Amino acid sequence: MAANRLVGRPVSGESLIPMSQLKTQLVILIGISLSVIVLYGFLYLEHEWEIGLLLVTLPVAILLLKRANMLIYFQTAARMMPRFTLVSFVLGVLALILLLRHEHFALLMLTTVLLYVTVSLGLTIQFGFAGLVNFAAIAFFGIGAYSMAVLNHNFHAVPDLVIILFSGLISALLGALLILPILRTRGHYAALITIAFGILLRTFLEVNDVFGGPQGLKVDGLEILGWDFANSFPSVLGGGSFYMAYAIAALLLAAAAYLLTRLIEASWFGLNMDSVRLDEVASASFGINAPRWKITAFMVGNFFAGLAGAVYAAMSGFIAPASFNFADSLLLVSIVLLGGIGNAVAVIPAALLIVVLPEKFQVIQEYRLLLFGIVVILILRFRPNGLIPRGLRQYFTGSSA
Amino acid sequence: MDPGFFAQYLINGLVQGITYALVAVGFTLFFGVLDVIKFSHGDVLMLGAFTALALFLGLDQLSTPAWLSLTIMLCLGVVAMALLGALLCKFLVLPLKESPPLNTLLITLMFGSVIREGVRLFFPNGSNPKPFPALLPETSINWGNLNLRLDSVILIFTGAMAIVLTHLFIQKTRMGLAIRAVAQDEETARLMGINFNKTVLMTFALGSGLAALSGISTGLYYQEINFSMGLMLGVIGFSAAVVGGLGSIYGAIVGGLLFAFLQTLGAIWFSVPAYKDVFAFTVIIMLMAWRPTGLLADRSAERV
Repeated sequence: MAANRLVGRPVSGESLIPMSQLKTQLVILIGISLSVIVLYGFLYLEHEWEIGLLLVTLPVAILLLKRANMLIYFQTAARMMPRFTLVSFVLGVLALILLLRHEHFALLMLTTVLLYVTVSLGLTIQFGFAGLVNFAAIAFFGIGAYSMAVLNHNFHAVPDLVIILFSGLISALLGALLILPILRTRGHYAALITIAFGILLRTFLEVNDVFGGPQGLKVDGLEILGWDFANSFPSVLGGGSFYMAYAIAALLLAAAAYLLTRLIEASWFGLNMDSVRLDEVASASFGINAPRWKITAFMVGNFFAGLAGAVYAAMSGFIAPASFNFADSLLLVSIVLLGGIGNAVAVIPAALLIVVLPEKFQVIQEYRLLLFGIVVILILRFRPNGLIPRGLRQYFTGSSA
Repeated sequence: MDPGFFAQYLINGLVQGITYALVAVGFTLFFGVLDVIKFSHGDVLMLGAFTALALFLGLDQLSTPAWLSLTIMLCLGVVAMALLGALLCKFLVLPLKESPPLNTLLITLMFGSVIREGVRLFFPNGSNPKPFPALLPETSINWGNLNLRLDSVILIFTGAMAIVLTHLFIQKTRMGLAIRAVAQDEETARLMGINFNKTVLMTFALGSGLAALSGISTGLYYQEINFSMGLMLGVIGFSAAVVGGLGSIYGAIVGGLLFAFLQTLGAIWFSVPAYKDVFAFTVIIMLMAWRPTGLLADRSAERV
């Protein structure tokens, strides 16, 4: 097991089933369509009993599919053609956005889920690959949001796309400054410093008049490549919700983040990060520069958080320090742990559950932190690899895991 | 600076410093025996203060005299938190002993947020700050610019006593010997017939009891507690323990006093009160970078 972890792209460890290309594509399309339908159900259904029914049926259905050896087909197919799977999933969600174009609330939820997926992918790189803890995810998200607010207000001439990128960069650089002094020390120092940063940033923003103090800042909407997000859909085509453009932007962002995460994972970058996480001393003796990989992971992760924060700021049109609480950072950590630490795919269902459930069940809303805290404790205690554990690395296709 | 003001800052800083040191001693103890960081420590502290408050509200109905109330609050609060600490250790920390340290850190952090949310949601009107009864004598002496409150003196004395007693317990008793043995080498300690689990549970109980004590003294000093007070106190206590040197009780004391000193300095220098924590943490982070094993490290080096 340990040896397999060391090379290749992580896969779910079952044996391969030979399939023709056409059949593979067909299996992927069926699987993706089913998941998009479930996603649609989650977003569109409103009554609590409907969601409850969905929540009960879904695990049963997945279990049955697994029993009938259907799930393995999809897993194998998705492993054989990862790009095709990603593209069809993105297109599927795009279709969903078009379908829901008049549903403000559903689109807002979907956008939030996608932005949270982006941040969680960042955390996956930090926690899951490099083993570097970050309990200030929402603070870096907030830095992205505030950068967006300030930059967009002061530099009208600069295209919004560049400003979003800059917001991500600022987030990454501030994170690097924060972590730089303690890179050579053990993990819990990073925990301490990120927690302190997460708490103090809010205080800092509240007392600072440049950033609007406790009242916060107004943020201008996005305009990318001449497309003004405020009137998002040409009325010729039936018009649409204000959130539609942002949902599409968040989808593209999440897809790009996912692609990058998988690329990192499959490359020497990911291999080096994995080895740093598993044994820093051993990897150092093989010539791997552990601090360098830790800071790389930290910066990439915070870059994602900053980008997501920038899009969030533009979408909500208004940001205040109170939106970036330490508790939200813990929710993001819960997403990563619930899904399966280090597994990029798993953050999607986990983010969906953690963002959407409290919105659908009003009872949960108030108790959500308590509830998710207990869930994470149970997960860590009884299933520490999460609901969908990260697969083992397998370098040669065809060899058994 | 006026000597009166100076003395005033000194006394206030000492009260804070002792509180931080009490928290830091807990972190140091846990890290000593098990090499784990218990991030729920601050929230245990907060729960200790709320337990004491709940006891007071109950005792108030029976019109118990102040000194008796205070004694009961202290004893029961400390014992309850000691029990909670031991339970946490038994069911959440020890079972994860073989998994990556990250998991222990996460599980205790989440346990802390469960406590925090629990108090916020289930304590009557728990999301608002709660007034804490002023049970200590309120006499004070004015000396120029110095206003020496008797309760500050009592709190400093009690805190210092608790730390001294803990130190004596660890240095002079059989149980303390077991704790030191486990801290030095778990395997060997087991081979010498030391009950490892019992020792670790005892340590967690001891540390959590100290946290309850510091929670109650914080309540008595500020006469107000709230559900999120533990978060910051926990982070400060941990920083103090790290800067002093994890595993060393003297280090915890030095770290706690140092943090309070930095905060006081920050409060004097910056007009905005919020910056005092930013300043203190910045200095602490730099100290960590300079001396990763702490100012007074108990152990020779990090296991590299």
